[in-house]
Amino acid sequence: MKKTSFLSKLINAPYIVWSVLFIVAPMIMVVYYAFTDRSGAFTWNNITALTAYKETFARSIGYAVAATVICLVLAYPLAYIMARSKASKQRTLMMLVMLPMWMNFLIRTYSWISILSNTGIINNLLKAVGLPTVQMINTPGAVILGMVYNFLPYMVLPIYSIMSKLDYSLTEAAQDLGCSSTSVLRRVIMPLSMPGVVSGITMVFVPSVSTFYISQKLGGGKFLLVGDSIEMQFQSAYNYNLGASLSLVLMLMIIVCMLVMNRFADDDEEAILI
Amino acid sequence: MKKAASNLYIGLIMFFLYAPMLVMIVLSFNGTASTSVMEGFSLKWYQQLLGDNVTLTALSNTLLLAVSSSLISVVLGTMAAVGIHTMKKKWVKNAVLTVTNIPMMNPEIVTGVSMMLLFVFVGSFVSSKDALGFPTLLIAHITFNLPYVILSVLPKLRQTDKHLSEAAQDLGCTPVSAFFKVVLPNISSGIITGLIMAFTLSLDDFIISYFVTGPKFQTLPIVIFSMTKKKVKPDMYALSTLIFVTVLALLILMNVMQARAENKQKKQIGNKEDKS
Amino acid sequence: MEKNAVIIDLKNISVSFDGQPILKDLNLYIRDGEFITLLGPSGCGKTTTLRIIAGFLEPDSGEVIFEGKAINGVPAYKRQVNTIFQRYALFPHLNVYENIAFGLKQQKKSKQEIRSTVEEMLALVNLKGFEKRNINSLSGGQQQRVAIARALAVKPRVLLLDEPLGALDLKLRKDMQVELKNIQKRLGITFIYVTHDQEEALSMSDTIVVMNAGEIQQIGTPTDIYNEPKNAFVADFIGESNIVDGIMHSDFSVEFQGIKFQCVDKGFGKDEPVDVVVRPEDVDIVAPEDGMLKGIVTSVTFKGVHYEIIVDIDGFKWMVQTTEYSAVGDKIGISIKPDEIQVMKKSEYSGLYGDYSSFSEEFDELSNPSVEADDAGGETVEE
Repeated sequence: MKKTSFLSKLINAPYIVWSVLFIVAPMIMVVYYAFTDRSGAFTWNNITALTAYKETFARSIGYAVAATVICLVLAYPLAYIMARSKASKQRTLMMLVMLPMWMNFLIRTYSWISILSNTGIINNLLKAVGLPTVQMINTPGAVILGMVYNFLPYMVLPIYSIMSKLDYSLTEAAQDLGCSSTSVLRRVIMPLSMPGVVSGITMVFVPSVSTFYISQKLGGGKFLLVGDSIEMQFQSAYNYNLGASLSLVLMLMIIVCMLVMNRFADDDEEAILI
Repeated sequence: MKKAASNLYIGLIMFFLYAPMLVMIVLSFNGTASTSVMEGFSLKWYQQLLGDNVTLTALSNTLLLAVSSSLISVVLGTMAAVGIHTMKKKWVKNAVLTVTNIPMMNPEIVTGVSMMLLFVFVGSFVSSKDALGFPTLLIAHITFNLPYVILSVLPKLRQTDKHLSEAAQDLGCTPVSAFFKVVLPNISSGIITGLIMAFTLSLDDFIISYFVTGPKFQTLPIVIFSMTKKKVKPDMYALSTLIFVTVLALLILMNVMQARAENKQKKQIGNKEDKS
Repeated sequence: MEKNAVIIDLKNISVSFDGQPILKDLNLYIRDGEFITLLGPSGCGKTTTLRIIAGFLEPDSGEVIFEGKAINGVPAYKRQVNTIFQRYALFPHLNVYENIAFGLKQQKKSKQEIRSTVEEMLALVNLKGFEKRNINSLSGGQQQRVAIARALAVKPRVLLLDEPLGALDLKLRKDMQVELKNIQKRLGITFIYVTHDQEEALSMSDTIVVMNAGEIQQIGTPTDIYNEPKNAFVADFIGESNIVDGIMHSDFSVEFQGIKFQCVDKGFGKDEPVDVVVRPEDVDIVAPEDGMLKGIVTSVTFKGVHYEIIVDIDGFKWMVQTTEYSAVGDKIGISIKPDEIQVMKKSEYSGLYGDYSSFSEEFDELSNPSVEADDAGGETVEE
C-alpha cells in the first residue's frame, strides 16, 4: 500500500506544483492587484472606481445574453437534425461545424467588416439593385452578430453530443404511450438534452461576456464591453490595479452565473468538454 | 418535405458560418488592395506574403511554441491524469480536478491578465522590465493546454481495465514497466487527442498570448491582431486562406482515419458474433 | 488425499480500509497441489485474501509465508504466483499470441522457447490456430481460455483465480469448471479459487474455506462442509437448510419442535441450547399418524426432479424436497433419520437463517445476486 502511494505522489508532484504556481498563484495576483495601489498599499479605490463601469457591465451582460439566446435558438434545431442524420452525414456536418473554430477568430471577425461595412458587399448589392444602403457596421446588432458567429459552434457541439447519444427507443416508447412528435420533443428529448444545453450556454456566455475584439471591430469602438475596458487598462492605460479589479468582478460574476446554471443540471465535467 | 426543410436549415446555418470565409478566400485573389470589392484576379498577395519576413518569423514562432507547449503539456498532463486517477482520497481528487478546470472555465482574458500580473509581479523582483517573451508564453500555453490533455486522458484511464497493470506485474513487470508496456498503449488514443487539441489551441490562441508576450516574440495571431488594427490588405486574407486550406486538409484526414477505425471495429464485432 | 507440504501459510492476517476491518486475524495454510476454494458472499474478504497472496496488497499485520519464507513486502512481479483476474484483464493492444508470450518475454526467454511454450499452452486450452486473433474479437469463453494460458505459460507454483467464470453463461460455466479441474489435475499445481457460487465450490474443490465478514467460518472438504456445517451461516450458505432451535439433552439426544430425536452428535454440555440443521432432501414425508412431526402443506413447487414443499409445523416453515406430490392444505407427517440431523453450537448467526416463512423464488434470487461486486479489497474507489 505504501509503495503505490509513494509512486502516485511522485507522479502527482509536478502537476500539483505547476497548478499552484500557474493557476492558483495568478488568481491570487488578481486579488492582490485589485486591492492595492501602485505602491502596493491596500486600497478600496479600485473597487469603488468600478461604479463608473456600471453601464459597461450592463451592456456586456445584455449583449452576451442576447448572443447566447440566439445561439441556442439557432443551434438546437441544427443539433437535433444532425443527431438524426446518417452516420456519414453526421461526421461531415460535425466537421463543418468545427472547422471555423480552428480558424483564426480575428480574421473571421474582420471579414465581417468586408460584408457589413457601408461600402461592403451587402450594401454594394443593395446599391446595385437600386435600394438604399443600410447602416449595419458599428451597431449593437453587428457586435451581437459577431458573437453569435464566433461562438455558435460551442453551442451546437455539446447539444449535439448529448442528442446523438440519446436512445432512439425512448422516442418510440413515448409515442407508444401516446405522445405526438411535438410532445415527444417537449417531454422527452428536451429534458434529456438539458445537460448539453447548459454546457452550451456556459460555453457561449463566458466568451461573449468577456470578449474584447469583436466589439472594437464590429462596434467601431462605440459600444465598449468589459473585455475592452480590461484590455485598455492593461495595454494602453497601464492601470493594472483597476484592470485587476475589473477582471475580479468579471470572474466573480461568471462564477455566480455558473453556479446558478449548475443548479439546473448536475452533469459531470466531461459534458462541458464534449 | 420535412427532409427538405431540414436540409434548407442546415444550408442556411452553413452559409452563415462560411460566408465570411468565402469572402475572405475570394478577396485574397483580388487585383487591388480593396477588401470589399473584387477588382480583377491576381496572386500578388500570396507572393507578397511569402516575401514578408515579419509574417514568416511569426509563423515559425507560432509553430515552435505550439510544438513545444503541446509536447510538454502532453507529458505533464498524462502524468497528472494517471496521478489523479490513482488518487484515493476523494476530496483531494475533487480539489485537484476543480483547480484543473479553472483555466477552462475562466474567461480567456482573465487567464491572460492573471498570468501577466504574475509575470510582471515576479519580474519586478528580479528587476527585469521586459520579462514577457517566449518563456512566459510557453508557461501560459502549457497551463491552458493541461486541462484539455488531462480531460482527454482521464476517460481513457477509466475505460482501461484497472487490473491490466496488475496483470502485467503478475507476469513479471515492475509497476513502472507495466505502465509503459500495458497502460500507455491503451490510453494512447486519449493522449493523441490531447496532443492534437493542445497543438491546435496553442496554434490558434490569441487572447492569452496577447497579454503574456512582449515585442520580442510575436506569434502569428498577434501579428494578425496588430495588422487588423490598421486597414487590412488582402495579404491577410491570403494568409488566412492558406491556414483554412491546411486546417481543412487536416480535418478531412482525421475524419477518414476515424471512419476507417470505426469500420474496422465493426468488422471485428461482426467476427465475434459469427463465432459465438 | 495425500498430505503434501504446506506451500502458503497465512498467519494472523488483518486488513482494514478506512477503519473498516476487511480481514480479522485470518489464519490459513494451503498445501502444494491442492485445489482450494475461498467461498463466501460479496464483501467477505475472499478477494482481499487472494490479493494479499498475489502481492497486490500488504496486510496491516500478519505474515504471508511461501515455502517457509515470509514474503511480506516482496512485490507481485517477484512472486511465483499468478492470477486469473475477474474480467480476465487481457491486454487489448496485443493479440492472443502476444498476450500469452507476455510473461515469457518478461523472463527473457529465447524466441524458440517462447514459441513452443505458447503453442503448448494454446493446445492445453484448446485454442490452436488463434495466435493472430485480436482479443476483442474473442468470445467470453475464448478470452477466459487465453487468460488461463497466459497465467500458466510462466509456470507458476500457485494459480490464483478470482471468480474466473463469473462472466460466463451457465452452460459455458459448467464446461469450464470441468476443464479447469482437469487442467489442475494434469499440471498438479496449486489452485486457489475465489467464488461466491457454492455449487461451483462443491464440485471443483479439494478443500473449501467458507468466509464471512472477514473471518473463516469453516474449512473442510466439500462433503464435510455440506454434511456437517459448523454454524447456521455455513449451513444456510451451502445448499438449502432447515435450521431450528434445539436443546441437546445428552449425547445422541436432541429436542426440537417439542419432540426428542435421536441423533449421532455428542460432546455438548447437558441441556445446551443448539442449532439443528436438517437438509430438505433428508426429510421423509409419511402419513400424519406415522410422523414424528405433523404439519400443513402451505406451498408446492414442481422442480423437475422433485417437488419443493413448504410445510408449516407449529408456526415454523420447513422446506421438504420429495418426489411424491402433496396438495396445498394437506396434513402430513414427517420423519427424520438420526444421521440426517446435524447439531451445531449456537453462534452469532443463530436465528438469522433457516426458516422458510418468507420464502419465494423471486425473493431468493434477489437476495443472492449472481454478479458480485468486487470485494472491498484494495481497489481505488471509483466515483
